[in-house]
Amino acid sequence: MDDKKQIKFILNIAVLALICVFLWWGNDNLSSFYIRILNLSAIFVILGISMNLVLGFTGMFSLGHSGFMCIGAYVASILTMSPASKEIIYFMEPITPILAQIQWPIFPAIIMAGVVAALFGFLVGIPALRLRDDYLAIATLGFAEIIRIIVTNTITITNGALGLKNIPSVKSMWVYWGIAIITIIILKKIVNSSWGYSFKAIRDNEIAAEAMGINLFSHKLLSFSIGAFFAGIAGALMAFLITSVDPTMFRFTFTFQILLIVVLGGMGSLTGSVISAVAITILMEVLRVVEEPINFFGLLQIPGLPGMRMVIFALGLLLVILYYRQGLMGTREFNWDYILNKIDSFRKRGASM
Amino acid sequence: MNEVLTTDHISMEFGGLRAVSDLHLQVYPQEIIGLIGPNGAGKTTVFNMITGVYKPVEGQIYFDSNNITGLSPDKITKLGIARTFQNIRLFNSMTVLENVMISKHLRRKSNLLEAVLSMPKYNRERTMHYKECMELLEKVELADVADEMATSLPYGKQRRLEIVRALATEPKLLLLDEPAAGMNPNESNELMEFISKIRNEFDLTVLMIEHHMEVVMGICQRIYVLDYGVNLAVGSPSEIQNNEKVIEAYLGAVDTDA
Repeated sequence: MDDKKQIKFILNIAVLALICVFLWWGNDNLSSFYIRILNLSAIFVILGISMNLVLGFTGMFSLGHSGFMCIGAYVASILTMSPASKEIIYFMEPITPILAQIQWPIFPAIIMAGVVAALFGFLVGIPALRLRDDYLAIATLGFAEIIRIIVTNTITITNGALGLKNIPSVKSMWVYWGIAIITIIILKKIVNSSWGYSFKAIRDNEIAAEAMGINLFSHKLLSFSIGAFFAGIAGALMAFLITSVDPTMFRFTFTFQILLIVVLGGMGSLTGSVISAVAITILMEVLRVVEEPINFFGLLQIPGLPGMRMVIFALGLLLVILYYRQGLMGTREFNWDYILNKIDSFRKRGASM
Repeated sequence: MNEVLTTDHISMEFGGLRAVSDLHLQVYPQEIIGLIGPNGAGKTTVFNMITGVYKPVEGQIYFDSNNITGLSPDKITKLGIARTFQNIRLFNSMTVLENVMISKHLRRKSNLLEAVLSMPKYNRERTMHYKECMELLEKVELADVADEMATSLPYGKQRRLEIVRALATEPKLLLLDEPAAGMNPNESNELMEFISKIRNEFDLTVLMIEHHMEVVMGICQRIYVLDYGVNLAVGSPSEIQNNEKVIEAYLGAVDTDA
């Protein structure tokens, strides 16, 4: 048993080292286009697993993720933009004096983005989490829109509908994937702790969970705030990746894109969300082909239809819901035990032959 | 006042319907008390009031001389009242062991940060809880299925697991809602032995709702009979068996013309 633990530990370290080597190699050798896609998929990994904590593990049908992301993006942008560019960009109305001179380094700004988003998650959660199921979905969707509308109208802080530009750009894969990996590790720890099991107990049977001494409201609020925290961090990273933010980015359709990742990957599986986040982000780019004009051997001509990609994803989602409801991984997780056992039985078969 | 539980004339109403009215229940340490009555008599409502799911419209509930009226279910569990359900409510995505481990969450002393950082305090606590739960499972002969999914167990074992899960919260008072429902005579005999065994071993007081008269008459020291929310009678099994009002409630009025 101890032996196995050691092997697993070594394997974990090896995988981490492999990822580090890839990041180090990729940063110098991959084209900026590929790096951008990989960074984007790291952001979707964070979004996917944090939404999965709320939706898949705690069973709260919350659709407010884009709202918290919006908060994170704005907090990080305002904190890191240089005073000079703030002066240029806020030309409708000048920025509030307190924020005008602030310029934080990247990392504290990312953490702050998460903290502020978590705080909003906490405040939104207090009224919203008294609801459940569809009602919770509608309420959180509403709150996300409210956040977006507040952002559009607080011009002296957020520059309103004009959005922010000249946000410091971060290109290194280390930042995006580093934070994504730390998020995965933290969430895995949470999910496997007695808190994670309590979340699952609430999902499985609220009445029994409460009878076993789990305070439903505080645990739901905790899960919701953690989800909001990581959504805020993902929002901050999004801002650094595209270097401009405006309120229309964070419409509710964005939440559905994350929902797509969670459902396809499997509600209640971190591994599933990670895989489907990377796969879908890459597919989004690969499938751009279908939006171009297509010519079938001169017989049939299809003009370019923007939005065709989303049709394909919608069909995929339909098929998954109809025929494969548990998604890619269901509630299973990647586990070294499975692979080690496979190798073991393979070796034994080899020896007996 | 050495009662474990006193319901001081509690009543419950659902939109004009009086489900329980003026119930005065006293439970002393180490007793096994039965709560019986025809369907719809309000037995489960009594349980729901004691465990905080409903707040009684009248009256107070005292547990260990604390007033627990209106506390939330999780706080009441923390004080030491655990319950099982009429229809089994196990956590169906979890194994047998995980189901029992959930009950240890309320006795935690470490916080989430310590768990995320794998601090020794949290790890030690978790190992201790794991050991306690495994010991408990061994005592009730469920240790061999500890890693199986809870829902894959046969019905009788699921019932027993529900009781074990309640035991893991370290209660002083255990409320069992129809533990023998759907069991054959053999299984219900086993269950009777099991209940008296855990009562002695964990120093428990048991309050149980049950329809199987053999079980109730077999192990209960005192029995409360409810009918339409009213307490018809209270007494030892033999007293209850010969009580005319109880017979009437169960079998209908005796026709005086015959």
